[in-house]
Amino acid sequence: MSAQQEAAQAVESYAGERYKYGFVTDVEADSAPPGLDHDTIRFISAKKGEPEWLLTWRIRAFERWLEMEDEEPTWAKLHYPPIDYQEACYYSAPKSDSDRPKSLDEVDPELLKTYEKLGIPLQEQEMLAGVAVDAVFDSVSVATTFKDKLAEMGVIFCSISEAVKEHPELVQRYLGSVVPYSDNFFATLNSAVFTDGSFVYVPKGVRCPMELSTYFRINAANTGQFERTLIVADEGSYVSYLEGCTAPMRDENQLHAAVVELIALDDAEIKYSTVQNWYPGDAEGRGGIYNFVTKRGACRGANAKISWTQVETGSAITWKDPSCILQGDNSVGEFYSIAITNNRQQADTGTKMIHMGRNTKSRIVSKGIAAGRSDSTYRGLVRIQPKAEGARNHTQCDSLLIGAECGAHTVPYIESRNPTARVEHEATTSKISEDQLFYCRQRGIDEEDAVALIVNGFCREVLQELPMEFAVEAQKLVAISLEGSVG
Amino acid sequence: MPAPRTIPFDYPVPSASPAPALPGDGLPWLDALRGEGRRLSAGGLPGTRTEAWKYTSLAPLTELEFSHPAATLTEAIPAELGPGAFDALEGPSLVFVNGRLSARHAQLDGLPAGLRVRGLAQGLADDPAGIEALIGGTEALNGDLMAAFNAAFGADGCIVETEPEAAGKEPVLLRFVAAPGSEPLAYHPRVIVRLGAGSSLTLIECHEGPAGAPTWSNPFVDIRVGEGATLSHVKLQVEGDGAYHTALTKAALAGEARYESHLLALGARLARHEIHVRLAGEGADCQLRGGYMARGSQHIDNTTVIDHAVPHCESREVYKGVLDDTARGVFQGKIIVRQDAQKTDGHQLNRTLLLSPKAEIDTKPELEIYADDVKCSHGATAGEPEADQLFYLRSRGLDLRTARKLIVQGFMGELLEEVGHEPTRAVLAERVAAWIDGGRS
Amino acid sequence: MSKPMLAIENLHATVDGKPILNGLDLAVNEGEVHAVMGPNGSGKSTLAYVIAGREGYEVTEGSITYRGEDLLAMSVEERACSGVFLAFQYPVEIPGVGSATFLKTAVNAARKHRGEQEYDAMEFLKLVREKRAALGIDDGMMRRALNVGFSGGEKKRNEMLQMALLEPTLAILDETDSGLDIDALKVVADGINALRGPERAMVVITHYQRLLDHVVPDKVHVLAGGRIVRSGGSELALELESRGYAGLGLEPSAAA
Repeated sequence: MSAQQEAAQAVESYAGERYKYGFVTDVEADSAPPGLDHDTIRFISAKKGEPEWLLTWRIRAFERWLEMEDEEPTWAKLHYPPIDYQEACYYSAPKSDSDRPKSLDEVDPELLKTYEKLGIPLQEQEMLAGVAVDAVFDSVSVATTFKDKLAEMGVIFCSISEAVKEHPELVQRYLGSVVPYSDNFFATLNSAVFTDGSFVYVPKGVRCPMELSTYFRINAANTGQFERTLIVADEGSYVSYLEGCTAPMRDENQLHAAVVELIALDDAEIKYSTVQNWYPGDAEGRGGIYNFVTKRGACRGANAKISWTQVETGSAITWKDPSCILQGDNSVGEFYSIAITNNRQQADTGTKMIHMGRNTKSRIVSKGIAAGRSDSTYRGLVRIQPKAEGARNHTQCDSLLIGAECGAHTVPYIESRNPTARVEHEATTSKISEDQLFYCRQRGIDEEDAVALIVNGFCREVLQELPMEFAVEAQKLVAISLEGSVG
Repeated sequence: MPAPRTIPFDYPVPSASPAPALPGDGLPWLDALRGEGRRLSAGGLPGTRTEAWKYTSLAPLTELEFSHPAATLTEAIPAELGPGAFDALEGPSLVFVNGRLSARHAQLDGLPAGLRVRGLAQGLADDPAGIEALIGGTEALNGDLMAAFNAAFGADGCIVETEPEAAGKEPVLLRFVAAPGSEPLAYHPRVIVRLGAGSSLTLIECHEGPAGAPTWSNPFVDIRVGEGATLSHVKLQVEGDGAYHTALTKAALAGEARYESHLLALGARLARHEIHVRLAGEGADCQLRGGYMARGSQHIDNTTVIDHAVPHCESREVYKGVLDDTARGVFQGKIIVRQDAQKTDGHQLNRTLLLSPKAEIDTKPELEIYADDVKCSHGATAGEPEADQLFYLRSRGLDLRTARKLIVQGFMGELLEEVGHEPTRAVLAERVAAWIDGGRS
Repeated sequence: MSKPMLAIENLHATVDGKPILNGLDLAVNEGEVHAVMGPNGSGKSTLAYVIAGREGYEVTEGSITYRGEDLLAMSVEERACSGVFLAFQYPVEIPGVGSATFLKTAVNAARKHRGEQEYDAMEFLKLVREKRAALGIDDGMMRRALNVGFSGGEKKRNEMLQMALLEPTLAILDETDSGLDIDALKVVADGINALRGPERAMVVITHYQRLLDHVVPDKVHVLAGGRIVRSGGSELALELESRGYAGLGLEPSAAA
């Protein structure tokens, strides 16, 4: 057996390993009946005590969505059975929602146990220093920590439902301003039915003193989850936001259609990092999360900067392209991505960099690793608008194949309408070299560790963009995603 | 409002009299092929919602009223065609006027042994079974709309064949020229090229036409390169500024075969050069080189698919372009590596110089890979000439205009170096130089 | 009396179905340094790869016994962990993998194999600092990705550092001296000499005599046509140097 085959087999045997985070928490859910119509939306809105303008916005989105029947994206390199949107359940909140916990002591212990199993540092004593957690359990945010400390500095970090009540002027001003409700099939659906998510506002000149973090989970059966996250960095401010997720094992496919909107004003910087480790389905492709996400940031002001970093190892299907609209002069957009697919996973991920302002810069580094019978696609757009004098883009897009039955695809779109702009794109596809494997093994490193070592090296440029707290976890995840059952 | 998948197209414009006969009408297999072509093409032209046509809209073509191509078959071919780009070349040549082979302009004296060149319309009359074997059935259309138009309305073309081990010294020239006229005119020539094992040939395809003439040429070139054979395929496209050119070239390569494509696209209002190469035998080698230079409101689209179907093949692709004024360039290059195609070595590069603030390039270099033991890469760059290159030249005393010209010359010159046949290379180099000097081709 | 550490008997090996080694015999005792010399294409590198267990080098006949065990039955990393070290002629580049990370992983793999406590980062750094100072490797090289952009000399020094850290019982050095200037050659020779010891054996594969000026071998073997055709003391290397392979009646083509 060749070293390559062995490596492939080592990777495959991971499928045999039970999904580490596969368990279901037994919490009584207070759910809307399955199905989607005007009443469902009124139910969600009423349940959350929303103002009239938001209900109107949701209804408008819903009506637009109904017209989009044939606009469910088909261009992506993804294959999945048609989703019955009437089958899904659009609202599920832990029962304790009717009586919100004031402190961790009041939180359902079952829930806390779940987070503990996931290793989420919810309780303060278990928390990594400097990390504030806004945990989303199914659809409702149940606890937020470090809020007081942030409040002192004027930083608002809360659930979006709370923000609608407490800071309606901010939400109304920015919600849908980057991803309009009519944007695309999944974003429009999200606009109609979103239940919760995070809201962050960093005031002028404030440097947020800690990494903000949210862990998403999907729990109750047949519950589509529709987060909505909105982050606004006012002039001269800085914030780093971490999003990480795991989900319990499920037999049926679950839909996840989140929307994340970022707004950076003059001289502001937002760093958004994601580690996505949802249940990918079993070796035969049964179960697993459908992850259709719209993430977009607008550099509204001059010298603004938005940086997306993602490590995508989970989900049966991942469809996302965190994008940057570079409106302000000298604004900067970055996209650093690692996408690992194994077994029957499919990922169609990339970014869009829309250069509108002068001297705008973007950098794209994408590392795709495909193993098993999976398919990994990078799909990216770099558009230079006519007024983007002096714009610069550099794209590096590398794919690594492990095993003979997977596929790696690179589909970059480059549209340049300004001669002073300079756009450069480079891409490579290769396998782990036999020479590299042999060298490592000759030094006594076993095959699985050698594969992990080489893959981590391949991903290094992206891993080093992650905040420290995440980097270690991500590195482990890269190894776990490709390891066999050993170790 | 989503873009259309197809654009309705009244082609040919309805006429009171029944459609005239095309050569070969009545042959059952050909009737079937043309019928299928008509059925597919009745759906219209591909629209920009079709991924392969995302950046090129054929909508302007629908504004022209074309009569049935057969209607012109009875017109006399003018004796005087004006100078051709490759007049200075020796060797066999065929001339097609408005898509029809002109017997009086053909130069087929002294064809070397092992080389056979004949017209398609004539072939249909003399050797229908032989032509049927070459063209094949309706499945060859494979749903491709432009090939369907070609199949349905193609009146003529030619067949170039070499016997095993034959080596043609001089290139075979195929000149396609539109005669001056103001009526919209469409033609759909079919060129069939079959290289026997171990043979070699240089084929020149040249498309010319007068300024302003509203023509649509839709050639389909069907190439098979036999085992160990080598085809060097040169294409110069310098049609007038009223022309539409939608070309489809399909090449299939047997083991150890080599296919070189050298394209220089300078003409037409809108031109699309689509090339599909299938590496079907081990050790096959594909070299695609394309140059495009456009100004005014020209639109030049290069779309290529290199399909590695078997192991141990190599492909190299370099496309370079220069865009001025409000011209728009498109490059869509796809490399497919099938699951069995281990040890594939594929490289692709697209570079564009933008000379004007309103020029635009849309580039989509694409890798679709299903085999793990491969080396594939692509690269793309777009921008104006490098400031430090310009500065260097100017610091040596060149004025800005001269410096820019020199840079463009060097940029395009690299491409032409690969053309093996010296006199052919000289013709292409002259065209590039003339373009740079601002002369219309 | 020394014990045989490595015993190769009647070794036949093919690469891509082509026979390269044709009945090679070689015995190396504990504490000895053997030089294997031979013209290009004689099978020197093949011998090194077969000992290390590289895929594609198929043993069709014969045996290799290492410390009384059947070496050919062991996987590549088992051989490495039980003390077989190959210094590569062309060390491969591994982008993104830091030299220090790699070394720590390798050293700890061996320690784990021997049932020893793995080093933590601090202990390991201390160890590396000592070894690297002795070899004149600067800290900057340790921070770079493994072998990426290293000069030929740097790569070979890095191999010597790995050897010093892994402390093998059997070291195979495959043309470690090729392409080195005199200073780098000295570093390589010092690295080898520093490791010489009664419990350790080495096989130095080389094309030229010049490394042997600095590393005096106990025995010299001449490999041609896939077999050992002559063996002798260190004087044999000098004889080769003055008369050439042809002078010994060994045409380089003998291997073809």
